[in-house]
Amino acid sequence: MLFPSTSRQDKGLIPEGRLTGPMPWVLAIMMFLTLLAAATALAVNASAAHVNADLAGRVTVQIVEPDPEMRARQTQAAADALTASQLVQSVDVVPEQEVTQLLAPWIGSEGFDSSIPMPSMIDISLNGPASDSNLDALRDMLAGIAPAARVDAHGSWLKPVFDLLKSLQYLGLLLVLLLGFATSATVLLAARSALDTHRETINVLHLLGATDSQITTLFQRRIGLDAAFGGAIGAIAALAVILLIWSQMEDIGSGLLESGLLRWHDWVILALIPFAGIALAMFTARLTVMRALRKMM
Amino acid sequence: MDSIVQFENVGLRYGTGAETLSDISFTLLPGRFYFLTGTSGAGKTSLLKLLFLAQRPSRGLIKLFDTDAVTLPREQLPDLRRRIGVVFQDFRLVQHLSAFDNVALPLRVAGMAEDELQEPVTEMLDWVGIGARASARPATLSGGEQQRVAIARAVVARPDILVADEPTGNVDPDMALRLLQLFEGLNKLGTTVVVATHDLHLQGRVRDAQVMRLDKGRLSGPVTAQPALAVGRAL
Repeated sequence: MLFPSTSRQDKGLIPEGRLTGPMPWVLAIMMFLTLLAAATALAVNASAAHVNADLAGRVTVQIVEPDPEMRARQTQAAADALTASQLVQSVDVVPEQEVTQLLAPWIGSEGFDSSIPMPSMIDISLNGPASDSNLDALRDMLAGIAPAARVDAHGSWLKPVFDLLKSLQYLGLLLVLLLGFATSATVLLAARSALDTHRETINVLHLLGATDSQITTLFQRRIGLDAAFGGAIGAIAALAVILLIWSQMEDIGSGLLESGLLRWHDWVILALIPFAGIALAMFTARLTVMRALRKMM
Repeated sequence: MDSIVQFENVGLRYGTGAETLSDISFTLLPGRFYFLTGTSGAGKTSLLKLLFLAQRPSRGLIKLFDTDAVTLPREQLPDLRRRIGVVFQDFRLVQHLSAFDNVALPLRVAGMAEDELQEPVTEMLDWVGIGARASARPATLSGGEQQRVAIARAVVARPDILVADEPTGNVDPDMALRLLQLFEGLNKLGTTVVVATHDLHLQGRVRDAQVMRLDKGRLSGPVTAQPALAVGRAL
C-alpha cells in the first residue's frame, strides 16, 4: 500500500468526519435489523432441530384389526418381532386404557362403546432415523406376522409444523439477504457521493501518479470505518434485544420456547454477521470506486 | 541525443468542435529548458495537458520516455506521471491539507515512509520561501504563496520533466526571478523544464532556453534557441 495505513494524512485526504454523514447510522439500522432477522431464523432452526431430534427415531405401529383376539395376537407377534429386530432400540406396547384416554376427548370416557374397534398401538424407538428405508424394512418384516399393522413415523404427523418452521427459516434468510442487498445499495450511493465530492482531489492525485488502487483504498478504508461504527452500534442494540427476549423465554419455562434458545454455534454466526457486513461494505465501496475511476483519464 | 518527449502530428479536439491543437510535432531533449509561448487561447494549456498526461490526443503520436503514451493502458499511466512534475495554472492544491501535506503528496504517492518525508518537504518549502507557513492551509495563503506551494509540490520528487503553466503569473518580479532560478537549478540537475508563459522578459532570463511558439493551435516555426538576457536585467 503506497499510502501507509497509519498515515494521518492518508486519512485526511478525504476530509469528512466519520460520524457527520448519515451512512454510519443507516448502516447501524441495517445491522440491527439483519441481526434480529438472523437471530429469529436461527432460533426457529434451533427449535426445529430440537423437535426433530426428539422425533427422529420415533415410530408408532398400529394394529387396526376389528377382531379383538386377532388384534391381540398380531400385537404380541409384532411386539416380539420388533423386539428381536436390530433396527429397533425399544418397544413399548401402549396399554388399552391409555389408548382409551387418548381418544377420550373425541369419543368420551363414559360412553365408550366396546363394540367400536380400537387399534392397538406399539410405540417404538429405532436405533437409526425413521427414514423411508427403515420404515419399509419394518413394514416388510411385519407384513407376514401382523397384516393389520400400520407403521407411521412420528415426524410425519408434524410435517405441517416442520414445513411452517422451514418457511420461517427461509423468510429469515431472505430478510438477511435483502438487508445485505440494501446495505450494498447504501454503500454504493455513499461511495458515489463521496467520489463526486472529492473529484478534484482525485484528479490531482491521479496527475501526481497515484494509482486507482491507492485512491480506492482511501475510500474503502473510510467506508470501512463508517461500516464498523454503524455495525458496532447496530450489533450492540440487537444484542440487547436478543438477550432481553432470551431471558423472557427462559422465564416462561415452556419446553417449546426453550427449544428455540440459540445454541453456541448460532451465537458464533451472529457474531460473524457484523464482520461480514463490514466486509460487504468495503467490497462494495471498492468495486464502486474502481469502476468510477476507470472512466477517468 | 535521444528525445525524452516526442510529438508527431498530434491533434486535440474537445468533443465535436474544431481542433484545439493541430499537427503538433516536436521533440524535447533531456536536460534542456523550454519555453512554450503564445497568446491566450493559443493552446498552451491544452498542449501541456497532453504533456503531463491529463488528456489523450485525438490523433497523432506522443512518446514519453520512449513509451507510446497514446495507447498506453491507463493502469500504466501512474508510472509515467510520477516522472513528470506539474505546476498547474490554477495551482490545484488540496484545500483541506496544509502546505506541508500538499508538498508531501507526490512523495507519499511514490511510497516514501512518513519519517523520511520531513526533510525533503521542509527543504523544498524553505527553498520556495514559505517554510514558516508549512502548516497553513491554502485558503489562508496569498496567491503567490499558493503558487510557491504548487511549485514545491511539482519539484519535490525530483521529476525527469517539470511542466509549469504560467508559474510566475501571481508573484512579484523578485519572486518570479527566484522561481526561475529554482527551475534553472533543477534543470542543471538534469530535469527537462517546460514553462508555458507569455512573459517575454521571463523567456530572456534563461541561457540557452529553447522556445516553442503556439499560434491558434499550431506550432509556428521550429523550436528555437533563446539568447539569454544579461543577468540582473529587470523582469
